[in-house]
Amino acid sequence: MRTLFSPARLRTLGATILLGLLAAVVTGPTGNSDEPLRAAWDSIAGVRIVPFLGLAVALWLVLTLGPQLRGPAAALAEPVRRPVGVAYGRRGGPVVVNLALLAIAVVAPLVVSTAAQQSMVNDIGIYALLALGLNVVVGYAGLLDLGYIAFFAIGAYTTAYFSSQSAMPWHAPFTLNPFFVFPVAVLLAALAGVVLGAPTLRLRGDYLAIVTLGFGEIIHLVANNADGITGGARGAFGVPHLSIHLLGIDYAWGIDPLPYYYLLLVIVVGVMIAFGRLERSRIGRAWAAIREDEIAAEATGVATLRMKLLAFAIGASVSGFAGVLFASKQFFNPQSFSLQASFFVVAVVIFGGMGSRLGVVVGAVVLQGLAFYLRDKVQPADRYIYFGAVIVVMMIFRPQGLVPSRRRRREIELSESGVGAADALGAAVPAGPRS
Amino acid sequence: MSRGGAHRAVRSCDVLSRGALSRGALSRGALSRGALSRGAPTVGVSSAGGASSAVGGSSSVGAGTAMVPGARRPGPGEDGGGDLVVEARDLSLRFGGVTSLDGVSLRQHRGEILAVIGPNGAGKTSLFNCLTGAYRPQRGSVTFWPEPGRPTQLVGRRPHAITRLGVARTFQNIRLFPALSALENVQVGTEVRQRYGPVSAVFGLPGARRAEQEGVRRALDLLDLVGLRHRTHELAASLPYGEQRRLEIARALGTGPSLLLLDEPAAGTNPAEKRDLAGLIGAVAATGVSVLLIEHDMGLVMSLATSVVVLNFGRVIACGTPAAVQRDPAVIEAYLGVSDADADADVGDLGKDLR
Repeated sequence: MRTLFSPARLRTLGATILLGLLAAVVTGPTGNSDEPLRAAWDSIAGVRIVPFLGLAVALWLVLTLGPQLRGPAAALAEPVRRPVGVAYGRRGGPVVVNLALLAIAVVAPLVVSTAAQQSMVNDIGIYALLALGLNVVVGYAGLLDLGYIAFFAIGAYTTAYFSSQSAMPWHAPFTLNPFFVFPVAVLLAALAGVVLGAPTLRLRGDYLAIVTLGFGEIIHLVANNADGITGGARGAFGVPHLSIHLLGIDYAWGIDPLPYYYLLLVIVVGVMIAFGRLERSRIGRAWAAIREDEIAAEATGVATLRMKLLAFAIGASVSGFAGVLFASKQFFNPQSFSLQASFFVVAVVIFGGMGSRLGVVVGAVVLQGLAFYLRDKVQPADRYIYFGAVIVVMMIFRPQGLVPSRRRRREIELSESGVGAADALGAAVPAGPRS
Repeated sequence: MSRGGAHRAVRSCDVLSRGALSRGALSRGALSRGALSRGAPTVGVSSAGGASSAVGGSSSVGAGTAMVPGARRPGPGEDGGGDLVVEARDLSLRFGGVTSLDGVSLRQHRGEILAVIGPNGAGKTSLFNCLTGAYRPQRGSVTFWPEPGRPTQLVGRRPHAITRLGVARTFQNIRLFPALSALENVQVGTEVRQRYGPVSAVFGLPGARRAEQEGVRRALDLLDLVGLRHRTHELAASLPYGEQRRLEIARALGTGPSLLLLDEPAAGTNPAEKRDLAGLIGAVAATGVSVLLIEHDMGLVMSLATSVVVLNFGRVIACGTPAAVQRDPAVIEAYLGVSDADADADVGDLGKDLR
């Protein structure tokens, strides 16, 4: 008991109490500029503070006693954990787990409200697709793309241009069914990816991040300000819904989110399977080699620039594809393509597990699910505080992400054991001087 | 540093080649500059013309070439090269005011094990980096013959293109892909010439599947060759040091090189590992791969190398058979320091090359 109050632990207690006060202020009433301190005071005065202090102490107890509790907790979890682990390790185990997850994904929208269904399409589904695409760029090839949403915007505006005479001031002289816009938008997005990538992929890490950041912002600003072309901040109205009139099949998507949901589910699962094969091919190995040691990869004969461009183009085309779906599903304006959206996709990828296809989809579900949950509970402007907190906690306790990929987990393990250093992009940089 | 013509004492180090298996039979004095023209008849007709034109008619190259005393007289109609596998001519590399290579020339014959030695900072690794495209020398040319009669200029090509032509390398401080398995490391090498694209990979088309199996098969063979088959699925970073060195060699061999550059392969290995390594390098050379070797361990150099080139301060100061080089006064002064007797002991301990 004496050691419970060692100076170090008291410092931790102080820190958690400060954290509790901060949380109380953040979640407290909104202030106004006349009495800036009033709201802060109201937040921590009175009984309101009690649960926060309670949480702070609880957190402190977990932090100080956690190591001792880990053993007994593991013992308690063992009866559940072991059979699951054994089943998973068995031949076909992963298939069973994947099928179970798929079954959940199929049934889930049937048991939630329509608002939640809408969110499952517009937010979770679209972002799962975006995250899968960005995962190729960030997770596989190790390139930090902070302007990824620009390709999404290109897909969306391409759809508006080709599929409607009224959505934007500028439109094609003919009208295409959104389904036929898919190949056009995908090609355009991939082309944009190559055009952006060709000069910039020679740059390393940080520089690439800055350039892509700028590119994302340029697209956003053009969309926002080119009133005569994109419709500016008003956005694009009246892009028709998807419909198929082909080979006797006649189907039109509409207001109901469910058909969109299942379409997205099919696409997401298809993309996951495709990228899994890609990852296990020579192309995936070349990406991994580039991520781990670009100089060695180049010396081993990997055409690094071309492979990075390929990753960029594939990521961009997935983003453009998602843009078409997004545009035909709902009204959009430049706000949908802000920097924040780009960062959010990056956050989804890192949170879910870089390089892990299942991970980034789960990341999209959890983060967008959190956004949906918070929608009615907190001020919209405050939402990012909660995202930030969740991601910070995640990075401290589980830097490899929710469902880490095998390679990423190894990299983290290696860096923890002192071999190399897994940086934010997952590259295990070999120790020692570079040649 | 003056870059006048004073340093143009180009020594095109050429030692009569007789292949890896007949070393020790060299009769020529290592330092005779005119050696080239007196050598094997094919040697004198290397690609002087072809090389300089490939560098875009750079005048310095022409000048450097012209100054090689008694050097090649390009024979008409010859494809050049003879049995050469690589020829560097007049390589100069500067970083700001630091001259790393100062008119280095060397030639290596097919199947030969050529060792490059020299004190720290002599420019050995810089030479490697120029040969593999990692650095671009300010002057000079590197001609490589992927096969006899097909001279190819390397300067100006990107490293991966040079690797695909058939020049593979290892690094002084091992640079594996740490979080990939041993097999995957080698696979990256065995797959560099495969052409199948993302669509074939996604749909598992027969061509891609065949290529994939072929890559795995060759990678496993190479793991067998370097004695790492039992480590197939272990992470590269988890292997012991000596095995990492061998894995790096396997990865380089995976690219199907005709010239293999090894940068201090024995650094940090124990005597038993050194013996294994010597056996491995000998076996590789026996398959017809030419080996260019940077090594401080004189025991290894003496036992393996067909000939030796000595660098000091970015210049070639001697070349010849291992035995001749070891006797050379300039080498003893510049590199070995005191005497032959101490050489074996000292040289093994020399540290890393300065970069």
